[in-house]
Amino acid sequence: MLTDSDLQALWLTARLAGIVTAILLLLGTPIAWWLARTKAWWKGPVGAVVALPLVLPPSVLGFYLLLAMGPHGPVGQLTQTLGIGLLPFTFWGLVIASVFYSLPFMVQPLQTAFEAVGDRPLEVAATLRASPLDAFFTVAVPLAGPGFLTASVLTFAHTVGEFGVVLMIGGNLPGVTRVASVQIYDYVEGLEYSEAHRLAAVMLIFSFLVLLAMYAWRPNSRTET
Amino acid sequence: MAGIEARFRLDWPEFSLDVDLDLPGRGITALFGHSGSGKTTLLRCIAGLERAPRGRLGVNGEVWQDAGRWLAPHKRSIGYVFQEASLFPHLSALGNLRYGLRRMVDARRVNLDQAIELLGIGYLLDRKPDRLSGGERQRVAIARALAVSPRLLLMDEPLASLDVQRKQEILPYLERLHNELDIPMLYVSHSPDEVARLADHLVVMDGGRAMVSGPLAEMLTQLDLPIRLAEDAGSVLDTTVTMVDAAWHLARVDFSGGSLWLRDNGLPVGGRARVRVLARDVSLACERPGTSSIQNVLQGVVEAIADDEHPGLALARIRVGDALLMARLTKRAIATLNIAVGQPVWLQVKSAALME
Repeated sequence: MLTDSDLQALWLTARLAGIVTAILLLLGTPIAWWLARTKAWWKGPVGAVVALPLVLPPSVLGFYLLLAMGPHGPVGQLTQTLGIGLLPFTFWGLVIASVFYSLPFMVQPLQTAFEAVGDRPLEVAATLRASPLDAFFTVAVPLAGPGFLTASVLTFAHTVGEFGVVLMIGGNLPGVTRVASVQIYDYVEGLEYSEAHRLAAVMLIFSFLVLLAMYAWRPNSRTET
Repeated sequence: MAGIEARFRLDWPEFSLDVDLDLPGRGITALFGHSGSGKTTLLRCIAGLERAPRGRLGVNGEVWQDAGRWLAPHKRSIGYVFQEASLFPHLSALGNLRYGLRRMVDARRVNLDQAIELLGIGYLLDRKPDRLSGGERQRVAIARALAVSPRLLLMDEPLASLDVQRKQEILPYLERLHNELDIPMLYVSHSPDEVARLADHLVVMDGGRAMVSGPLAEMLTQLDLPIRLAEDAGSVLDTTVTMVDAAWHLARVDFSGGSLWLRDNGLPVGGRARVRVLARDVSLACERPGTSSIQNVLQGVVEAIADDEHPGLALARIRVGDALLMARLTKRAIATLNIAVGQPVWLQVKSAALME
């Protein structure tokens, strides 16, 4: 069935998507909260920047990230000074690029969920002596629970499916940056269609199951009054 | 300093609030007015949910807002009941009650069991809010606000979202709060009924300003009240039940100006009762009326007469003992009977309602 290098690529893909989802939960939640609650005029510009990866070709995003993380870019110079070396063509370089690439998939569902919570429950919490941070964790997060699930699933699935950014930033190093989508591309390039078929089928089934789980879950979240 | 001192200045594009009030530090103060009069905004300023740029707020000796000082809502010792119950849907009724209790910093004046007992919600504590009726939800919300032992209870039209039957279900509980707890309460309402039943002190709001503020009985008998009560114009009497006539199902209540026989509604002899007498149910006579189906007759002196809404009608304020009653009369009757200020009259009270 699947070869060792297939399994390696799948494991790498899962690790990348898991780490990116975890980072984005920490990073995306405050951004989504701020976007849902603020009345500042720069809410619009920030929202647009967050949404950019939705419309930008991955190669464009990858190109800029490559420049920034390269030896002459600001991020590259910083990582060199810190003794980390350069990030492009490493696993962590791929993680950083994927965080940018998948940002809207975390932020937007969360923002919608937080907006649906509204002001009232937080006002009630305040009149019951809860500080804003306390109210966030004990009221906003539980009420936005389905939103967290949707956002995490979408982020994970979207990171699994990325290709263009990986090619630009990560290249094609087995076990380091060669994720499943790149592996399939390699097979097709090499006219190894049957190998491509097997891995592609795994990806197709995975994606379908993830989305099925999410849609099946949804009706329950709508019963609250 | 005892009492509630509330001064707020707030300017929004569509609305401005400008109040300067000194309210009693105990009992129920009703903030009464039409929608858009600013009563909810005032309540939210007091809770700290709205921040008036200029203002001063002192509550029984504690300063919550002043130049350079503004206490966040979660640091104010308040209980707040919103128009919709606004229970946390992810917690059971008991979970909702415990939410504030766990965070309470004040000395305990009300305990959880007492709040549960006062609102009669012991039987529904494990239920989630979506398994409660509207009235039950609002009772849990009131108990939740009480359970934090607030120094000030703020209620924003807690009955407005309920139908008549649910209102009747909750009103007795609110009366119990009034009678059994020593927590001052600000009660926003646009219902003359609720105000007459519950309030001790009345503030009438209009266009973001407090038009009048004073003791309820005195305010209700002001003939130039800046708000039209129409059919609800009337007065309230604080009385004591002195006799129950079981054979006729009647109870006698006494006040400084005499006594009235009313339908008995089970109040014990010796109990205090608030009685509401509407102006339209009072008629005047210059001599002691003869036999009539109207058995409640009082004696008083006309204190003032003013035009009513309809050009053919007038309202008269009559002093009966220490109490004040209102009568709605036609202007022709006033002319025919020569009723004038200072004149002794007989009052026939067609009906009066015991409110508690």
